[in-house]
Amino acid sequence: MRPAFSVIFLTTLIGVGQGLFLALYTGQTHALFGLLPPQDGRAFQAIGSLVSLLFLGAGLVASVFHLGRPERAWRAAAQWRTSWLSREVIVLPAFMAAVALYGAAHWFGWRTPLFALPGGYGVDPTLLLGTLGALLCFALFVCTAMIYACLRFLQEWHTPLTVVNYVLLGGASGFVLATAFAAHAAPETTAFFGGWAMVLTAAALVSRGATLVRNARLKPKSSLRTAIGVKHPKIAQKSMGFMGGSFNTREFFHGRSAAFLRSVKWLFLLLAFVLPLALLAGGITGAPSLLALAFLLQYVGLVAERWFFFAQVNHPQNLYYQVVG
Amino acid sequence: MTQLALVIDLNVCVGCHACVTSCKEWNTSGAAGVLSDQRPFDADPSGTFFNRVQTFEVGEFPNTQTVHFPKSCLHCEEPPCVPVCPTGAYYKRPEDGIVLVDYDKCIGCKYCSWACPYGARELDEHQKVMKKCTLCVDRIHDPQLPEVDRKPACVKACPTNARLFGDIHDPDSEVSRAIREQGGYTLMPEWGTQPANHYLPRRKNTMKIHEDELLRADNPLKIDGKLPKPRLSEPALDDVTSW
Repeated sequence: MRPAFSVIFLTTLIGVGQGLFLALYTGQTHALFGLLPPQDGRAFQAIGSLVSLLFLGAGLVASVFHLGRPERAWRAAAQWRTSWLSREVIVLPAFMAAVALYGAAHWFGWRTPLFALPGGYGVDPTLLLGTLGALLCFALFVCTAMIYACLRFLQEWHTPLTVVNYVLLGGASGFVLATAFAAHAAPETTAFFGGWAMVLTAAALVSRGATLVRNARLKPKSSLRTAIGVKHPKIAQKSMGFMGGSFNTREFFHGRSAAFLRSVKWLFLLLAFVLPLALLAGGITGAPSLLALAFLLQYVGLVAERWFFFAQVNHPQNLYYQVVG
Repeated sequence: MTQLALVIDLNVCVGCHACVTSCKEWNTSGAAGVLSDQRPFDADPSGTFFNRVQTFEVGEFPNTQTVHFPKSCLHCEEPPCVPVCPTGAYYKRPEDGIVLVDYDKCIGCKYCSWACPYGARELDEHQKVMKKCTLCVDRIHDPQLPEVDRKPACVKACPTNARLFGDIHDPDSEVSRAIREQGGYTLMPEWGTQPANHYLPRRKNTMKIHEDELLRADNPLKIDGKLPKPRLSEPALDDVTSW
């Protein structure tokens, strides 16, 4: 497939926004049960929600560039019964609204407990909004990933690992950003977020690595034999029927060499996983300035990861477009 | 239920591309707007087409076969492009099984093209919407055309009659009979899309001749050659007239 940068930025940016929101909510729930020192709702959760919204909004803007007719984008909410893309179009704004409300509730200090959990833990509006946001956040991860995982003949994507990767990669980048953010807004929680950022990054490395191994061993189900229905081991295309370009020759091939693809793979393994892990370890123990660098490097790594995610897919339609003539 | 479809006889197709040009001509002239071309007379031309004829070589020299292979939307009975469309621009008509795109609803997100294993749709670079074969839906149901012309443009154009058109759910139709009797098959059956369009395989036309057919049954003496011509003075063969 030809990687579209609109979709690359959409998925990586909303991943950061989602992960960051989850981190904010995790911080609040841990503080509720006394596992973390309580954070300043205005400085940490409210501003953090704003940052999360900025990432989500930037992703939304990026997605518009993918459309041929953006003025009709509202129609995309119609087919939520069958289309994961349609579901994402509905869940993304709903999640953004939940994040905005969550941030507003923290900013305006709506902290009067509405009811108490057993054990006397008061549940206030911010916590309810946060829970709603967390549910929508996971729903959004699933919708985004299933857009790719549901296409059964794109074998590189058609695996539960795709969903796991989206959750873990988005979560990791968001938690890394939360760590850098916490170093300024809630320094006493930096080690907590940093620790989870490292756990998520390592888990993402495992699942993304497992996906790479799986995809390297894939056997394509379709061949020229099934594509044209001739049972012969030796079939060669002599002409695709035209000598100019067409949508079919542009949309489904990344146009780079295999060596370039391999370089991108090692690059994103280094940038998205190895270097952030090392920088996080350094940032938590000593220099907080390393944390921002960890986020930046990991984000660049995730852009490379998403480029590779698209580029590696060998669409079966390419069987029909191999030789110009 | 009706399922209109094309049945393409690879044994007959000569790869002349008449169906390609005829398709382009009909569908670029219709009410749905042009099939736009980019830089048609320049370097690196590009354009929107519903139908293409490709050429494959099967086997190794000197035992090769050339297969000309026309490909357009297969109007699958389980179309993978329809459920993924977020806007509902894609739909399969219940009355005749044609898969269509509503150009006024399409947002050009290209997700359907990812979801089609056959590469049977193209984004029109001018209109920025997905387009694909309509089985000439604006032609086959047009009561103003003579009955004989209510067929897709490609079918009408094919000089060797390699393209048959009809209802594959009607067991007595020409297409159903062709599929049944001449080994019709579908493309990439492994994905369960159940394409409506079928292809008839390349096959050798052989004739079985029995030995007794080589002998003249009316020549028991096994004498071949011309019979002796009667002289003018002799009676004619029918023995009716004599001169």
